[in-house]
Amino acid sequence: MDHIEVRRRTYHDSVRLMQASAAVQKIAGVEVALIAMATDLNLGLLEDLHFEVPGDTVPDDMIVAIRASSEGAIPAALTALEGALVVAPASGGGMLAPPQPHLLSSAARLSDLNLGLISVPGPHAFVEAADALRAGLNVMIFSDNVSVEHEIALKRLGVEKDLLVMGPDCGTAIVGGIGLGFANAVRPGPVGIVGASGTGTQHISCLLDDAGVGISHALGTGSRDLSAAVGALATLQGIEALDADPATRVIVIVSKPPAPEIAAKVRALAAECSTPTVMCMIGEDTLEAGATAALAILGVEAPAPESWPAAVSAHRPGTIRGLFSGGTLRDEARMVLRGLMGEPAAELEMIDFGDDEYTRGRPHPMIDQRLRLDQLAATSADPAVGVALIDVVLGYGSHPDPASELAPVIEDAVAAGLAVVVSLCGAAGDPQGRDRQAASLNEAGAAVFSSNAAAAAHAHALMEGGSA
Amino acid sequence: MSHLERLLTGEPRVATAGVDLLAEGVESQGATVVRTDWRPPLEGTEDALATITAAVDLDAANREAVGRLVGTHPHWAGIAVASEVIPAMGERTFLHAGPPLEWADCSGPMRGALIGAMIYEGLAGTPEEAIALGPEIELSPCHHHRSVGPMAGVVSPTMPVSVIEDANGEGVSYATLNEGLGKVLRYGAFAPEVIERLRWIDKVLAPVLADVLRRRGPVDLRSIVSQALQMGDDGHNRNRAATSLLLRELAPSLIDGEGPADRRAEVFRFLNSNDHFMLNLVMAAGKIGVDAAAGVRGSSLVTTMARNGTEFGIRLSGTGDAWFTAPAPVVDGLYLGAFTAEDANLDIGDSAITETVGLGGFAMAASPAIVGFVGGTASGAVQRTLTMYEITLTEHPDYKIPILESRGTPTGIDAVRVVRTGILPVINTGIAGKEAGVGMVGAGIVDAPVACFTSAVQALAEECSNA
Repeated sequence: MDHIEVRRRTYHDSVRLMQASAAVQKIAGVEVALIAMATDLNLGLLEDLHFEVPGDTVPDDMIVAIRASSEGAIPAALTALEGALVVAPASGGGMLAPPQPHLLSSAARLSDLNLGLISVPGPHAFVEAADALRAGLNVMIFSDNVSVEHEIALKRLGVEKDLLVMGPDCGTAIVGGIGLGFANAVRPGPVGIVGASGTGTQHISCLLDDAGVGISHALGTGSRDLSAAVGALATLQGIEALDADPATRVIVIVSKPPAPEIAAKVRALAAECSTPTVMCMIGEDTLEAGATAALAILGVEAPAPESWPAAVSAHRPGTIRGLFSGGTLRDEARMVLRGLMGEPAAELEMIDFGDDEYTRGRPHPMIDQRLRLDQLAATSADPAVGVALIDVVLGYGSHPDPASELAPVIEDAVAAGLAVVVSLCGAAGDPQGRDRQAASLNEAGAAVFSSNAAAAAHAHALMEGGSA
Repeated sequence: MSHLERLLTGEPRVATAGVDLLAEGVESQGATVVRTDWRPPLEGTEDALATITAAVDLDAANREAVGRLVGTHPHWAGIAVASEVIPAMGERTFLHAGPPLEWADCSGPMRGALIGAMIYEGLAGTPEEAIALGPEIELSPCHHHRSVGPMAGVVSPTMPVSVIEDANGEGVSYATLNEGLGKVLRYGAFAPEVIERLRWIDKVLAPVLADVLRRRGPVDLRSIVSQALQMGDDGHNRNRAATSLLLRELAPSLIDGEGPADRRAEVFRFLNSNDHFMLNLVMAAGKIGVDAAAGVRGSSLVTTMARNGTEFGIRLSGTGDAWFTAPAPVVDGLYLGAFTAEDANLDIGDSAITETVGLGGFAMAASPAIVGFVGGTASGAVQRTLTMYEITLTEHPDYKIPILESRGTPTGIDAVRVVRTGILPVINTGIAGKEAGVGMVGAGIVDAPVACFTSAVQALAEECSNA
C-alpha cells in the first residue's frame, strides 16, 4: 500500500531528506520511500515510481511517499522518519581539536617544537628524520639498524640546516635539563658532554652530579659518529654548539678511540674552542678519569666515588663473569681488567646484553632484565665462576625498580658462594632512588660501586684474593 | 641565533615517533611532548620513500609546485567553440573525464554520454548508430587538453565551452557549461530532451553569456569561491552560494544586455534554477592551478585526481604525464528515491579536481549544509577537513574556513604524506546510475584508492633515481 503525505512549508535540506529516505527504507515491510521537497525533479521521480502525485504542491512543501507491503509497516516507517528528521544538538567541545598527528613534521606544524625523538623501526627512521629536519626540528634517533649512507645523509642535512642529528643508535641525551632516552636526573651545571656512548655519558654525568657539579647539555651523536665514514659530523657540530653556549664552561667528549684522522679533526676543533675540553676515549681512559679531569678544570676536587661494600666477605674461588646492559661499561670493565691482569682478561666472559644479538624481539636489558636475571642464576650454578660483575643503569627510560628483581637473585647467588659486584650507574635524584637501589642490592649481599672502573677493580681483587 | 643555539638556550619541546616509553620518560620531567600516532608507510613504499628522501629536496620541490598551484588567479574570460580553442581537438575527438579509456571499457554513464554527444554532433541519428560508431571515435582525457568535465565529462567538438584565464600567468583552461540536474548528458542520459537542452545551451545560453562576459569583462572566480566558502559551499557538492554570487556578478549586464529580453530572462531563470552552474567553473579554475603546478622535478604534489567511471587515476607534478590508476571505487552514499547501491556506477568524473586544489571534501568544515554525506554530524565534517591538513602541503591563502578561525583550506595533496600516513584524500561526489541514460542516483563520499598513491610514489622514486 502507498502512504502519501504532503507537509506544507516544511523544509529540510536534500541531504537530510536522502538520509531520512534511507532510514525509512530500512524498516521491515517498506518497499520504497521517497521523502523529498516537492520540486519538479522530485515530482517526476514520484511519477516514475508510480506514486499518485498530489496536484497542489509548491516546491517548499515536503512530500512523504512510502510504499509498504502491509499497512502495519507504515507507523514504524513514520516513526523512523521523525527520528531521522530530528536535528541532533551540536556535540560539546573538542570538535575543533586537531586529530593526533602521524608525522613529526605534522606535529611541528601544529605546535612550536624544536626536537623530534625517533624510535620507529630502523628501516623507517631515515625518512622520518629527514622530514623532521626539513620541518626545522633537531632530531634524536634512538632507532638502530639505519644504514651508514643514511646516517651520513641525515647528518649532512643537519649541518646544512644548522640542526643537530643525535644518532642513529643514540640512547642518551640531556637538553636544557630534560633527559631524553636513557638519562639520569642530574643537576644543571657547567659541564657539556658530547657523547658517542650513551652509558658513557650517563656514567660521567652521574659521577659529576655526585661531586656536586651539574650538566648544561649532554648531546648524543650515535655510536658511529666518529667512524671514518661519518667523519664526526655530529660531534663537531655538538662541540661548536656547546662552545657557543654560555652555560657550558667545560666540554667533555666521550667516545671510543676514533680513527686517527677523525681524532685529529676533533682535537683541532677542540683546540680552537674558547671553552676548555676533555677528551675521554673509552678503552684508553676511564670514565671516572674523564669526570675527574672535567672537575679539575672547574677547580673542584673529585670526591672518592660512592661505594657500598658487601657485608659478606667469604666467597668461592673462580673467575670473573661480566653480565652488562651497557656496552661501554662492559668495554671499560674489560679495559680495567686487562690493565690489572694482562691478556688473560680477554678470555673472561663479558656479555653485553644490550647487543643486537640479545635485543632482537625483546626490550633493552635496561628495561627488561629477565635475560640477565636468568644468566645470573645460571652463573651461581657454574662452579668455574667466583665473581659476577654486573651493571645496573638507573634514570629515565630504565626499569622503574631494578633492585626489586635483582635482589632475590643476588641473595641466592651469594648463598651459593658467588661474589656479586654491582656497577651502579645512577644519580641521587633518579626516579628509582639511587641510594635506595644501592641499599637494596647491598642488603642482598652485593658490593656496590658508583664507579664502573672501581667495580671492575674490586671484582679483580676478589678473584685474586679469594676474599676481600 | 642559530637553530641549534635556540635549542640549547630554551627547554626542549619534543615530538615523539615510536616507543611510548620514551615519550613517557620525557613527559615525566614536565617537558612539552607531542606524541605522534606514527605507523609504517603503506606496503611497498618503504624503499621508494627512502630513495626519494635521499635523492631530492622534497620540501623544496613541493614548495615550488604548491606555490605555483595557489599562485594562479583564474578568471572566467569568455565562451568559445570547443574545437576552435581546445588544443589537439579534432573533428572526431571526444574528451572524457578521468584517465585514458577505450570505448570497450566504458561504463554505462560514460557510454551514455558519448552516445548523446555523437547524436548531438550529428554523427549518429540514433543510439544504435552511435554504439556502432563508438569504436571509431577518438577518445582522449579532458586533462590532456587543458580541460575538465564533471561526471562523464564529455566534451565534443562543437560544444560551447567556458574559457578560463589566469590573471597571474599564461594559463588557460576549458569546461562545458553545466546542464543542471536530472536527466543530463554528464550522468550518461541521452534522451531527446537531453540533446535538446544541449542545443539550447549552444543557441541561447552560450551566446547570451558570451555577450555578458564581453561587456562586463572577466569574472574573478577565485574571489567568488573564497566568498562562497564563507557562505556554506564546499565547492564540489554544494555550489549554491557560488552560483548565487555569480548570478549577482552577471545580473546587471544580463539585464541591460543585447538581444531579446525573453532570451536573457531564460538564461537568468536557468542559472537561478541550477545550483551547480558554478561547479564547472570551479573545476576549470582548479585546472589552471594544477597545470601550473605540473612538471616540478621530484615533487610529489598530486596534480590530478580523476575518474572515468571505470578507473580512478592520479598524476604527480614530478612524474610527467604518467597516470597511476586503480579500479574506480564504490561511493558510500545516499540514494535518491528508490535507487540503491545496486543502481550506482563506480566513481566517475574530473570533479575531484576540487579536492585536488583544496575544496570539496577538503573544505567540508566550511559546509555544514552537506555534512549528511559524511555521517550526519558537523563535527565529523570538521574533523575530515582537519585530517586532510596532514596530507597537504599548504593552507590556501584565500580559501578560508570561518569555523577554523579562518584557516586556509588544506591545499596541495602530497602523495608522499599519503603513503606515509595512510590517510587517503576524501572526495565529496555525486553518484551516476550505472545504466546509460538513468542520470544521477545519489551522492556521497569516497576515498581515493590506495594503489594509485603507492604506484605513483614508486614511480617518483624511479624518476628521482634516474635523474
